[in-house]
Amino acid sequence: MSEMPVAARTSRRRVTTVEPLDGPPRASAYVCEAASCMSMQARDITVRLGELIVEAGLDNVHIKRVGCLGLCAAGPLVEIPETGQLFERVRPDDVGAIVSALRKVKPNATRAPQGPFFEKQLRVATENFGVVDPESLDDYLEHDGYQALRRALAEMTSAEVRDEITRSGLRGRGGAGYPTGLKWTTVAKAQGSPKYVICNADEGDPGAFMDRSVLESDPYRVLEGMAIAAFAVHATEGYVYCRAEYPLAVARLRSAIRNAQRAGLLGSGIAETAFSFDVQVRLGAGAFVCGEETALIASVEGRRGTPRPRPPYPAVSGLWGQPTLINNVETFANVPAILRQGAEWYAAIGHGKSRGTKVFALAGRIVNTGLVEVPMGMTLREIVFDIGGGIIDGRPFKAVQTGGPSGGCIPAQFLDMPVDYESLIEVGSFIGSGGLIVMDDTSCMVDVAKYFQDFCRDESCGKCTPCRVGTTQMYMLLDQITRGAATMDDLATLERLAGIVQKTALCGLGQGAPNPIFSTLRYFRDEYMAHIVDRVCPAGVCAIETAEVMA
Amino acid sequence: MPIPYTKPSAPSDDKRWKIVETRMRRLGDRPQALIEALHAAQEAFGYLETDALDYIGDTLGVPHSRVYGVATFYSFFTLKPQGEHTCVVCTGTACYINGAKEIISAFDRSLDIRPKETTADGKVSLLTARCLGACSLAPAVIVDGDVKGKITAAELIEQLEAM
Repeated sequence: MSEMPVAARTSRRRVTTVEPLDGPPRASAYVCEAASCMSMQARDITVRLGELIVEAGLDNVHIKRVGCLGLCAAGPLVEIPETGQLFERVRPDDVGAIVSALRKVKPNATRAPQGPFFEKQLRVATENFGVVDPESLDDYLEHDGYQALRRALAEMTSAEVRDEITRSGLRGRGGAGYPTGLKWTTVAKAQGSPKYVICNADEGDPGAFMDRSVLESDPYRVLEGMAIAAFAVHATEGYVYCRAEYPLAVARLRSAIRNAQRAGLLGSGIAETAFSFDVQVRLGAGAFVCGEETALIASVEGRRGTPRPRPPYPAVSGLWGQPTLINNVETFANVPAILRQGAEWYAAIGHGKSRGTKVFALAGRIVNTGLVEVPMGMTLREIVFDIGGGIIDGRPFKAVQTGGPSGGCIPAQFLDMPVDYESLIEVGSFIGSGGLIVMDDTSCMVDVAKYFQDFCRDESCGKCTPCRVGTTQMYMLLDQITRGAATMDDLATLERLAGIVQKTALCGLGQGAPNPIFSTLRYFRDEYMAHIVDRVCPAGVCAIETAEVMA
Repeated sequence: MPIPYTKPSAPSDDKRWKIVETRMRRLGDRPQALIEALHAAQEAFGYLETDALDYIGDTLGVPHSRVYGVATFYSFFTLKPQGEHTCVVCTGTACYINGAKEIISAFDRSLDIRPKETTADGKVSLLTARCLGACSLAPAVIVDGDVKGKITAAELIEQLEAM
């Protein structure tokens, strides 16, 4: 499984934009051109808008392509930022209505409230989403772009930058939550030169699309964050390791790198200083395990992406044996904001040991599928029901799955729990990269556990035995349960095996593989029992064999 | 006596080899360019034939065994030519709980193909992807490069049979 040699291609058609003659435009139409809206023909909407505006003879109206507006479920989206009007599920025939709305916009119009989906969010890493043209460096510069890097280079020492990040309380947004400042300090103090900075954009967790959206909507910000990190740890070269399944993100990133190089914001002598740093893109090739940092390094070096035991950690011996800083896309996207607004400002947001905000991808059986950013510590109920709009068709909430194939399912009794690194670990899941998949009573939890085991079995790199053999055996046991062909002994074997794999596997993939089993057993053991003892699937998902089986 | 090094020449005078050659040269013809080179070859030819693997290995100084190892390790690379039309079914979690499983089994029932297989007449290849990141369109499929969202198994098979 898991093969995708054809990549989704975006239309290369030229976009008609109507530029304001002078001064700020009286009215604008922001068309979302992130991958989700693009796949719903958002580009046709942009083109049609241009045609109709020219036809109607409107002047001082500006059409802008912007990054993700967030409410992906209602795409394609067009927003009139002056009034806050949002047009959902726009078809080419609906464009006329947008043009008449544009005509009616009065000077000094005020934005109307946009409902809980937007109002309850707090945007830091995604503050430029739906505002900045992701393909325009000028637009990024107009929205405070590169101010943080300029300030770091002109006014701060490397140690001061590291200190600022440490005091902000920022932790790795890829899932593990390792303190970013501490990691930067380790790399800075490590012996060896050159040093490297790698941006991990191998977002493999199914149901997670935060990194894709950040790269598509605000690529310059990631490059700025990487450059600041490079300055802080004395690195000179950087790589962005991005999935090949994200063609639009890769294209925007490559164009951003070219433009930044031309503008002297990447390459040698950045912003007229002695600091040099350059970035290259490396494509992944469909291996989930490459999200693990040592496997990722092997892949950047052009080898099979298999992990190796740590220590030594990449901070000491990483790419080509040199000290290497690896951070996630979202972590880098937070860095410019922290330097601009100060560590104290950032540290004031959040809950407990989890400071700042977190971007989540809402998916599954939820009304407002899309991308949201909230302060750490918001309750699951607020995220799922207030921002997410609840469950499709008003069905009962069953669980929310977080953390991808290494995470767990959180049942309804924890809906009022604050979402942060520690709380989620306490209930047997983890925050992961930020995919929240909502499930209702149409999902069978044993089947979900089987799905993730199938994923891990398929994505296991095969290097260590516990993972290679263990995931397959656990899958077969789960398959037996879902076929109604298992005994209580099989369940005991499954639990014992899961414990062994968790303790003995080499990397995070194998160690995390039993987590979906543990968490579903912890909260939904009755569903396992129904399959084994009563031979029925309560959700009606599994095809239970009616004939008597097994000795 | 050392054997003088000559840069290997492309397997044929097909112009597409130039793309592969350029990509490798830009990265200094070094072993680390292997994955990028395989991407270039697959973009150009649609799949990786043995000639391509050997040529890339010789140029970058990577043993053929390692080239083959890398090409088969990463699921994005394919060593077999694809059918006239390709259909990639997303099997990410959001698509899975919204009906991707039914789509896969519909291919088995109606067209007698399983993931990674091509119909006997060479018309349709079925592939799966881990997650397209298009979770708002679940279940999502990509037919010949176009993303189709919120599709049912019956609609999809009907569209494919009409092609």
